[in-house]
Amino acid sequence: MFSRDNWKEIFQTIQKNKLRTFLSGFTVALGILIFVVLFGFGNGLINTFDDFFGDDATNVLFVFTGRTTMPYKGYKSNRNIEFENSDLDDIEKNFPFYLDYISPRIIRQDTVKYKNESNSYSTWAVAPSHQFAEMTIMMKGRYLNELDIENKTKNAVIGRLVEQDLFGTKNSVGKYIDVGGVAYKVIGVFQDDGGDREERNIFIPYTTKQLLDKNTDKIDAIVLGFKPELGYAGAMAFDKGVDEFLREKKYISPQDQNGIFIRNVADQLKQNQQFARVLQMIVSFVAFGTIIAGIIGISNIMVFVVKERTKELGIRKALGATPKAVIGTILLESVFITTVSGFVGMLIGIAILSSMGEKLKDFFITNPFIDTGTAVFATVLLIIFGGIAGYIPARKAARIKPIVALRDE
Amino acid sequence: MIEIKDLHKSYKMGTNTLHVLKGLNFTIAEGELVAIMGSSGSGKSTLLNILGMLDELDEGSYTLDGVPIKNLNETKAANYRNKFLGFVFQSFNLINYKNAMENVALPLYYQKVPRKEREERALKYLTQVGLKEWATHLPNELSGGQKQRVAIARAMAAEPKVLLADEPTGALDSTTSYEVMDLIQKINDDGNTILIVTHEEDIAHMCKRIVQLKDGIIVEDKFVEQVRASQYV
Repeated sequence: MFSRDNWKEIFQTIQKNKLRTFLSGFTVALGILIFVVLFGFGNGLINTFDDFFGDDATNVLFVFTGRTTMPYKGYKSNRNIEFENSDLDDIEKNFPFYLDYISPRIIRQDTVKYKNESNSYSTWAVAPSHQFAEMTIMMKGRYLNELDIENKTKNAVIGRLVEQDLFGTKNSVGKYIDVGGVAYKVIGVFQDDGGDREERNIFIPYTTKQLLDKNTDKIDAIVLGFKPELGYAGAMAFDKGVDEFLREKKYISPQDQNGIFIRNVADQLKQNQQFARVLQMIVSFVAFGTIIAGIIGISNIMVFVVKERTKELGIRKALGATPKAVIGTILLESVFITTVSGFVGMLIGIAILSSMGEKLKDFFITNPFIDTGTAVFATVLLIIFGGIAGYIPARKAARIKPIVALRDE
Repeated sequence: MIEIKDLHKSYKMGTNTLHVLKGLNFTIAEGELVAIMGSSGSGKSTLLNILGMLDELDEGSYTLDGVPIKNLNETKAANYRNKFLGFVFQSFNLINYKNAMENVALPLYYQKVPRKEREERALKYLTQVGLKEWATHLPNELSGGQKQRVAIARAMAAEPKVLLADEPTGALDSTTSYEVMDLIQKINDDGNTILIVTHEEDIAHMCKRIVQLKDGIIVEDKFVEQVRASQYV
């Protein structure tokens, strides 16, 4: 069936019936093209999700305080809950199994000045381990260390854009900046994948901040890093344990929604990943719908092609074409056209995707791509079904009595 | 060459059965040129289709060159058609996207003759019908007579035992008809067995024997003095 002669016969048929070839080829190519592009966009959406949520560590709990709304154990409601330094030690003592690191966090908005430049930035008073929670990347200089905490030094780590705003192109490390009326020495500059906003932050030792705030030991929030090997279940257990422990310690009713909040990044991430997965499923569903539409399209064209060729097939049969030869001719032609145009459509689709890159970032599509396996699978699927779609009418044509086929006009 | 015994054929038309051929008997020897005549509805085309294995008989027997033709599956019928028979149709039935030579070479393609030899043989037969110069032309660039000559060349290319022609001159004017008949007579002169279905008296008299069909039975079967078509050309 695959001799050179057969191919010549098929090429001639294809060449001499350009419109028919173009129509079926176009349907298949378009089907695959749309599939590849849609599927790639789905992946682009997921990329955007990863970009949004991927800049912070995922094995982190953020613990915030609020006002109680229920009386508990003799304490009235509407009580303002605050953390102190002792809470850090207590958590450290009680959760050694889970805890990887712990950092307090006090965030204030301050006017920051250097020479004639001034601007308002968030100053984050933290411990050195906070670097892991935010995945802060040092560009130059160093991050805060234990000595800074112990000695309550007036050292600051500033974001890349803070340096850019205040120092222009000059080096800021070693210079002194005025943060809310207090001079800090810049010891390092960081960058963060979280975007511009996060690169306009300033980190200072939390002990220094507390000293300047009339030597208080209050803390706004606590950042808890847990061991990544705990996994999702461990994270949830840790979440629950810390919640119960702090409610007990601060006399907050277990039913109170407002005294204490825990933001569990692992939980959020899981939800986001599920959302992204659902999106991907929807996109895949649409994309496979396109493939099915392509299959139906090629089936229709094959039915039409066979109908159109009925007389020709009758002539061929009268001249001695066996049913096998008739089926072979139609099938080989259909498979050949589907294969060529399928792969052309696939390559164009991949080319479109790779040329897209970041251009559609405004539409939440980043670096759309399709893995070759999926693209080839879809193409082969269409070829196989194109073959089946060709086979059924071809078999029917081969069964028509030549005398009937010859009468067809 | 052809032996028909008690041939019956009927068609189902809804609930009615149309008995078209009601017991035909005849024998055709090698080298004969036979005209099958009859008005429309007499069953002549049905007979030809059965002889050509394009249709199946209901009852009776049909032997072609000593081979009993019965219980054929499609593949076997196709092979027999290819080996034994050449067809010429009223409407030519050339494949319109193939040029004259490719049309003539088509039966050879199904005989699995190599391409080179196919083309040589196709050219040989085109030369025989006087259309060598038109070998690369498409059917729609040819006149009716030329198309029929290409069709005859195609029928001859497979070197069949019997040539079956269904109203070969039906779509042609009389001058062209005589040209085609002249060609058929010449092919017959070379010893080929030819069967022509026609309803035209003059065409029938250019054959050597006339079988008259009426309402599904043979009413007359006679040998005639052949009129040579060449005198009109």
